[in-house]
Parts: sequence; C-alpha cells; structure tokens
Amino acid sequence: MKLTRRQLLRNTAVFGAFASTGFPHIWIKNADLASAAAGEIKVGVLFSLTGTTAIIEESLNKATLLAIEEINATGGIKGMKIVPVVEDPASDPATFADKARKLVVGDKCVSVFGSYTSASRKAVLPVFERQHNLYWYPTLYEGRECSKNVIYTGAVPNQQQDEFIPWLINKFGKKFYLIGSNYIYPKEENNYCKKLLQKHGGEVVAEEYVPLGHSEFSSVINKFKSTQPNVIFSTVVGDSVVALHRQYHAAGLDPEKMPMASLTTSENEVAAMGGEAAAGHFTSAPYFMVYKSPENEKFVAAYKKRWGADKVTHFVSEACYFQVHLFKQAVEKLAVSDITPPNIRDAVKGQETLAPQGKVRIEPENLHTWLWPKIAQAQSDGQFKILVQAKDWLKPLPYAAYPGQVCSEKGLVVQN
Amino acid sequence: MDQFIQQFLTGLSIGSILLLVAIGLSIIYGAMGIINLAHGEFVMLGAYTAWFLQVQFGMGLLTSLVPIFLLVAAFGWLIERFVLSFLNNRPLDTILATWGVGIMLQQAVRLTAGGELRYVKMPEILSNSTDILGVQISLYRIFLLAASLVLFAATWLLMNRTTVGMKLRAIIQDRSVAASFGVNARRIYGLTFAYGAGLAGLAGALVSPLKSVSPEMGTGYVIDAFMVVVLGGVQSLVGTVASAFVLGELSGVIAFLQNDTVAKAIVLLAIVVLIRFRPQGMFATRVRA
Repeated sequence: MKLTRRQLLRNTAVFGAFASTGFPHIWIKNADLASAAAGEIKVGVLFSLTGTTAIIEESLNKATLLAIEEINATGGIKGMKIVPVVEDPASDPATFADKARKLVVGDKCVSVFGSYTSASRKAVLPVFERQHNLYWYPTLYEGRECSKNVIYTGAVPNQQQDEFIPWLINKFGKKFYLIGSNYIYPKEENNYCKKLLQKHGGEVVAEEYVPLGHSEFSSVINKFKSTQPNVIFSTVVGDSVVALHRQYHAAGLDPEKMPMASLTTSENEVAAMGGEAAAGHFTSAPYFMVYKSPENEKFVAAYKKRWGADKVTHFVSEACYFQVHLFKQAVEKLAVSDITPPNIRDAVKGQETLAPQGKVRIEPENLHTWLWPKIAQAQSDGQFKILVQAKDWLKPLPYAAYPGQVCSEKGLVVQN
Repeated sequence: MDQFIQQFLTGLSIGSILLLVAIGLSIIYGAMGIINLAHGEFVMLGAYTAWFLQVQFGMGLLTSLVPIFLLVAAFGWLIERFVLSFLNNRPLDTILATWGVGIMLQQAVRLTAGGELRYVKMPEILSNSTDILGVQISLYRIFLLAASLVLFAATWLLMNRTTVGMKLRAIIQDRSVAASFGVNARRIYGLTFAYGAGLAGLAGALVSPLKSVSPEMGTGYVIDAFMVVVLGGVQSLVGTVASAFVLGELSGVIAFLQNDTVAKAIVLLAIVVLIRFRPQGMFATRVRA
C-alpha cells in the first residue's frame, strides 16, 4: 500500500485526536497514580521463585501470602480484599526492576512487598521514587539508605551489633576474625563492627571476603587455625553459610573456644547444615522461631498449617509477615479515595503492631523499624536457644557508622 | 612446617573434589567430544538422590552410593538415547540441547523437591577429624581423596583394559572404520555417556555432606570441571588428574596467602595464559588422524 500525503495527514489528525482524549494521563499529571478501585486493593509480591536466592525468597513469598490471606479471611481492609499480584524476578536485579515497573505502572499496585538482597533493592529503587510508589523491604541490611519510598522492616547494623559485640568480647575475648561474602552488605556490617570493636577494646586479626556462592573453605579454616581468634564474626550469606559451618565442624574446630558469631545464620540455614554443624554458634537477630509470645505461637502454627509441618520461620519471614499487618493498619486510617502510595507512607509513620518478636513501630523520621534485638545460640536439634533479650526496643539508626549523617523526614542530613 | 603440611593436605583435598567432579566430564567431553553443559545438573541430581534416599528410606550415604550411581547413569543413558544421539556431529546443537536439559532439570528439581537447601548427613564414622603428621584433618576429606583416586583407577581400567573401552577408543579414532569392524557405535556412546553421568552423580552425592545441596549447585561445579579438563588436556585422563591437583594446590595456597576472591581470579588467569601458549592443555594424547 502506498501512503499518500493526504492519507498521512488524515491519519495523523485522527490518531492525534484519539491520543489526546484516549490517553488523558498524557495531559493530566498523576492521573494514573495507583489507588484502590472496585472493592479491591492490589499489592505486588516481588520475591524470586527461581534462581540462586529463591532458596530463601520462597519462604518470604510464603510468609507474605500467609499474612494477606489472614487479613482477607477476617474481612479484608474496610471490606476490601487485598489482591496479591505475584511476580518472579528470577534472582536477577535487572528483572527485579522490570517486574517492579510492571507492578507499579501496569497493575497499579498501591504497594509492593519484596526483595531479599541489597542489590535487588537498589535496582528497584529508581522505579519507586519516580512513580511515587511504596516498597516494603523485610530484610536485615547494611543501612546507609534514606529513601522516602521504602519502608524498611528488617534490622540495620546498630540493631544487630550494639549489644552483640560487647557481649562477645566479654564472654570469649577481644580477637575477632571478620569473614564475609564479597559484596556491599558484609563490608558495611564489618565497617560498623570495627567501630564497635575499637570502642570496646577489641581487635581485628583478619578481615576477609569470599566470592558469593563460594563453597570451599579449607584455606579459610587453615587461617582460623593459624591466627587463633576468639570470635569468628561471620557475614557469609546463602549456601556459603552451610558449607562454612559443615567444613568447620568436619575440621574438628571447637565452637566453645572459637565460636562463629553471625548476623545471617537463621533457622533456614541451620536446617540445611544439620544441627551438629550448627550447634554452639551464635546469631544476633530480632526474631527466632523459638521465641515465646502468643503472637509468635500463632504465626508459627499458621505458617506450618498453610505451607507444611517441616517448614521453619526465621527473622526475615517474620518481618514479611508483620509488615503486611502494618500495611493494613496504615490503609485502615485512610478514606477509600485516599488510598495512594504517598498517603499510605504518611499513615504508616509511627504505626505500632504486636509482631511475633514483640511490639514494633515504624520510626517516622527514617521509615525504618524499632525492633527487639536478641542473641541466641544454635542447638543440635536445629533450633536456637535465646540467651539475651533486649530490655527495650531499639531505635533504627541506618547511618550509625557515619557520624554526622542522619536520615530525617526531609531526607539525608549531613552535619559538619 | 606444620603449616606447610596443612596447606599441602588442603590443596590435595580441594584437588580431589575437583577430580571427582571433572572425571565424568573428562570421559564425556574427552572421549565423545560432547560439551555437556548439563554436567553440573547430573552432579546436582546425585546430591538430591542421596538426600531422597536418606529421607525416604533412611539410607546412609555410603550404602546409597551404588544406587545413586546406577540411577543417575540410567538417567544419563536416557538423555543420550533420546536427545543427544539425534545430534551426532552437530556440536553447536549439542551445547544448546545439554544447556536446555540442564535448565529443565534444575526447575524440575525445584518443583518436585522444593527450592530450599537440603541436608545430607555425613557418615557417622567419618565425621571426626584425625592427626596426620601433626596436623588435624577431617576424616571425610581423606575419604574423598581416596574415593576420587579409586574412581580414577576404575575409569582408567575401563578405558584401557576392557573391550568396551577398546571399542570406545576405536570409535574415537574413526567412527566409520570402527563400525565396519562391527562395533555398535550407538550402544557404546550410550554406555559411555551413562558412565560419565553416573560418575557426576557420585561426585554430587560425595561432596554433599561438606557443601550445600540446592537446585543451582551444579552451576559452580560445571565451570570448575571444564577448567580442569581443558587445562589437563582433552582426551587425557592422566591430564585430568594432574590438572585437578595442580589447580587444587594453587587455589589453596593463594587463598591462604591472599583470599579466595583473588585465588579464583589468578587461577583463571593462569589457565587462560597457559591455554594461549599451549592450546592442547598440559597433557595431549597423540592420535593419528
């Protein structure tokens, strides 16, 4: 078909007329901003179900869905059902960004619950900031972030280490061997750890990073033997945790003399390494499956009933669970026509809920969460024994390692 | 001195694990010329079979080794028979096909066994450590070293002292001439691939008590295995053994002096340089063409 000038002009005029009326959001700013409609509230659930981190993210997906089902079973929010839109970002940061855009722009979700790794959170951040949407991030992480579009319900370094490091020095000695996986999270945690060690008179005998997914630790174990630290401070993640513990155990090292102190070893990893390799080592976290509270008993029972009796809950899946309840409380405060991501963000500030770990609260200044630090020792039955419980909940300080920088409601403030 | 012995034994242990994983690949790649990207998934299947036998039938790792070998070998035979045998002399298609098989296996395991890490128990009698020349070393690592050498010896005997091995070597030299002497190339190829897959399965089961078991675990192993085979020289079993232990010692020492990240990079660099100047690898078998 040949396109004449006349036809081209006519087609352009027709298309232009259609476009200006058919797509009003070209002209009206924010007309497509996500909001609740037709008696349902759409939320995104963005955890990897395939790929390397699916091992852990699968359980986060399950805890999130459990909380949503519970809320829907008791009547939803103001009679509206929460509709989860589940996407699989396949453990790949670029796919995370694509799927996040799809959930926010395409599905018009009012919030998205997702991410385990820092890499994936950093990848989706621009999407949520540009689209003025809201991301709920359940994982403990390295801090040093101050976004107005993320609600952080996991622990930051001060909430895991402030109590842990002095306790370890007191109990075992001051020589620390820092070992972590080679990426941003372990480096920032160790950065803060070194500050605490300096303050409390500890010392670092070695600091070392292994590649992600590394599974051969025999040379590292030789170094443990030759440097003889009092404590091995471990921020190794994923399947490497399992390999490290099993090889430590097989090499005949003794956790009573040289325990590993971890921020990342949860019930999930312990189940995979076996109780005998885990026993005697320590973890600091706000939640353990054995924690005794009516809320936790309810959570564990519901989780097992829904997903299988052999399943475990851990400190990230717990945050996944309670953050959905915080979302519910925030939305309940809003009129139906006001359910938009920025309003939800403002409504969640200062919200409190009785989580399995205890009462938690969203800090209005930095959108992080007040949590209850705990120190526990792994037992040979695969569960932890809680040795120390914080007497008070602890304020989140995402910039604790950076004096002079504070995350405030206006954004990051740098004082000189 | 203690430290030297300690580090030497560590290198041997790393090398033995490399050898375990590479030996099956060496057979399939070296003898059949098939670049089997699903090799890592056969390793993973072996580990999962060990886990399954342990959970379902309460079998210990040592008693389940024979069934694991047979099951994974049978599976490998099926793959050869119904996928690869249609792709003779089409190396590029074979790479794609085995890669696809690998992806499907990963997802199939994820769907049936679940995505979480699995636990394979270490045999009770091997779970302690012992003193050798004044240094402590894990009994299980010694057992792995012995197992890798036994499997190597068995493979060498099979290739060089049995009729099947002789027929295989005849096919490698010239398939059509071998066929005209009455050698059934299809059958031999199927058996060889099955044997290689079975060895990979055994490797997966054997390393599982020291490492972690997950659907993606194969990816790391297949890269290591290719490095070993390429460095040692394709078609050379002895080369595979030598290169496994060289790589083991090298990465062990560098990891001790520096760290594992540096060790990985330097070892890879060393292989690239060596291959640049000696493309046939450390040991090349001379075959009259």
